[in-house]
Amino acid sequence: MLDLKGYGWMLWDGVQVTLLVGICAMALALLMGLLGAWGKLSHSRTARTAADTYTTVIRGVPELILILIVYYGTPTLIQGILESFGRDVILDVNPFLAGFITIGFIYGAFATEVFRGAFLAIDKGQIEAARAVGMSKALAFRRILLPQVWRFALPGLGNVWMVLIKATALISVIQLPELLRNADIAARAVRLPFTFYFAASLIYLAITIVSMLALQRAETWANRGIRRA
Amino acid sequence: MDYEIVIESIPKLLSGAVLTIEITALSVVIGLAFSIPIALMRVSQNPALWMPVYGYIFYFRGTPLLVQIFLIYYGSGQFREEFEALGLWRFFREPYFCAVLTLTLNTAAYTAEILRGAIRAVPFGEVEAARACGMSRALLFRRIILPKAFRLALPAYSNEVVFLFQATSLVSIITLLDLTGIARIIVARSFAVYEIYIAAAVIYLIVTYGILYVFRRVEHRLSGHLRERAGMDEAAPAGKGAIPAGQPAPVTIAVR
Repeated sequence: MLDLKGYGWMLWDGVQVTLLVGICAMALALLMGLLGAWGKLSHSRTARTAADTYTTVIRGVPELILILIVYYGTPTLIQGILESFGRDVILDVNPFLAGFITIGFIYGAFATEVFRGAFLAIDKGQIEAARAVGMSKALAFRRILLPQVWRFALPGLGNVWMVLIKATALISVIQLPELLRNADIAARAVRLPFTFYFAASLIYLAITIVSMLALQRAETWANRGIRRA
Repeated sequence: MDYEIVIESIPKLLSGAVLTIEITALSVVIGLAFSIPIALMRVSQNPALWMPVYGYIFYFRGTPLLVQIFLIYYGSGQFREEFEALGLWRFFREPYFCAVLTLTLNTAAYTAEILRGAIRAVPFGEVEAARACGMSRALLFRRIILPKAFRLALPAYSNEVVFLFQATSLVSIITLLDLTGIARIIVARSFAVYEIYIAAAVIYLIVTYGILYVFRRVEHRLSGHLRERAGMDEAAPAGKGAIPAGQPAPVTIAVR
């Protein structure tokens, strides 16, 4: 097995930060995804344009650039604006906050496409039936659409989660002590770069495997009411 | 907003974009060449062939690219003496070589998985017909399965190329001066943080949609025989829609 020279705890600390940042980002991505899908399927032209711009821009710009913009760009932008109002402030963005917001925002664009497909997969007749029995639009959304959307969206969202958790490695660039950053520090301390990066990669692999198994169970659970040949 | 600094830096950013495109092109071409034998091994029935390939694909798809880059660029330093003995150290100490190597290995894994899905999606009737004509296994792959699989894989593959293009921004972390690397240097010198990064983002955006446009044209050309002839109903274009990686590609049915 890999000899971590007593630095194993750093990797363990890092995993916790990685998972926490990943879960927060996923929550934000789900929220952005629902909002984005609502915008894409909306009758309002403004909402559609906004949602389309969102997914287009996110798809065309590397994650690293977006992280750098949020982490280094936002404080300078806000400072610049406040300066023009005659106020001098020094702003510091918390790397955890910047990291999870950027990653969540990016994967929200991917979740948007997943949710959009899922909403379209639901039989239109069900909504018509719900409206016919007198449900309001909001009630039909809550009682008919939302419970079923998860079933169609689950495989796609599982994919988004597995790509997202790998993307959190990028936050190491802004010095958040997550798994890769801690592996980096440990690797430099004991001059065993291969050992530590390899150990980190195996941990990411383990997270992927556990996620895949959990996703399979969740899919079985979500499909429990469906008859199949 | 400081526009002057943006206009001044555009030539430098573009020179970085050239390196970005160069690294992408190299990795895409070499990765595609590797991915074909890998995909063929992956669909093989022989465990000695598919099992190692399965492990390789699983590892490269299951770990972050940044970790892979660090593993190859910094990690190779741990085995410096061994590499020197083999005469390989002069390659592994170059960030350019390590970047292209990592991106190639990474994209070959993803592409092989896309190709596997496409090979599985080739209609069995075509394979059967080819066998009935007396084609050998090699000829069957060369003439029937691979050409069909390539066309089925194209939408998913265009996504992969776009992802790889954007992923090349990570090579700036191992000191290469690609578009992101140049942007970071200009930012460090000028403090025009968001102006420069947004300018870089716009360049990425333009190239990304350029790549997608080229792929759409190629797809259009390759699916000519599946489209309805001019003058007939144009409401139902065939061969549209991206296929998620790893899933069998849907088969477009020709309407004549």
